[in-house]
Amino acid sequence: MNTHSAILVIVMAVVTILLRSLPFLVFRKQTPPYISYLGEVLPSAIIGLLVIYCLKDTVITRAPFGVPELIAGLAVVGLQVWKRNPLLSILGGTVIYMVLVQAVFA
Amino acid sequence: MQVQSRTVSKSVIVRKAFLTSLPVMAGYVVLGIGFGILLRNAGYGVAWAAAMAVLIYAGSMQYVGIGLLAGGAGIITTILTTVMVNARHLFYSISMVDRYKNAGRYKPYLIFALTDETYSLLCDGETPDREHADLYRFLVSLFNQLYWITGCLLGSLLGAVLPFSSAGIEFSMTALFIASFTEQWLRTREHIPALTGLFSTLLCLLVFGPENFLIPAMLLITLILTLLRGRLGRKAV
Repeated sequence: MNTHSAILVIVMAVVTILLRSLPFLVFRKQTPPYISYLGEVLPSAIIGLLVIYCLKDTVITRAPFGVPELIAGLAVVGLQVWKRNPLLSILGGTVIYMVLVQAVFA
Repeated sequence: MQVQSRTVSKSVIVRKAFLTSLPVMAGYVVLGIGFGILLRNAGYGVAWAAAMAVLIYAGSMQYVGIGLLAGGAGIITTILTTVMVNARHLFYSISMVDRYKNAGRYKPYLIFALTDETYSLLCDGETPDREHADLYRFLVSLFNQLYWITGCLLGSLLGAVLPFSSAGIEFSMTALFIASFTEQWLRTREHIPALTGLFSTLLCLLVFGPENFLIPAMLLITLILTLLRGRLGRKAV
């Protein structure tokens, strides 16, 4: 069982590194203009995707209807617009969320 | 003098890299502890947690991997599952091809360590100075993996005895992405890519459900941005 598990860990590691390095291997010499274009526009799109990905398990059809996520998320946006300090925005939003789920909507 | 004013010392680079990586610390340590606990409960001790954190270093894949290990999954199943869960890394790498191109000796590790969170910290291309850009990116990537390894080991070692009343701290990961999104929004005038990412993903989540929406969302985003290339390409590049 341990040998098989070790093989599975190695398989997961190898496939992951292959996925991460494939574009670098394929576009080794000259980056096609299309790929450079994707490199310009994909980052902000993927951050948008990751925001949704993090909130995917939020249930909005029953209590607390995603209200803690909404309030804390808006707090992060507000703090970021106000101070432009990511660490402050993240800490502030997380503390607000923890208070909401532990004390307010518990 | 001019050269001195444009470049900064290595200790400043280390400090800036550390400060940049700080937001990921809480999220990675907490998620890592969660992983370590689950892996231990599945019958795999600290050596397994360490091996997976060091070799695989992909949060969601490691969580999925616990099930594969415990269930004695086949090799083909493991390959397919890993491709499905980690396909999004292809997109991170595609958008970093130019940036990491001349990273020299740091390049292999930068590519290996390109996780969701590291990507979100480095994708805006901001570095303290040009000369140490690769060192800076290497250090941010390395600090992040050290937090992850620390979390996985802590979870595995402390397991159930950990006083874990910190419910809700996992929101730090969400907050990290929302802050990155906001910062990108404030810094750029072209908001169509960001909106494309947000709404394509939301649409795919509603259509395909929380287990299967990532790949369709990736494809839809790529399709829309490809169709908009004539409009965005001239302005963006």
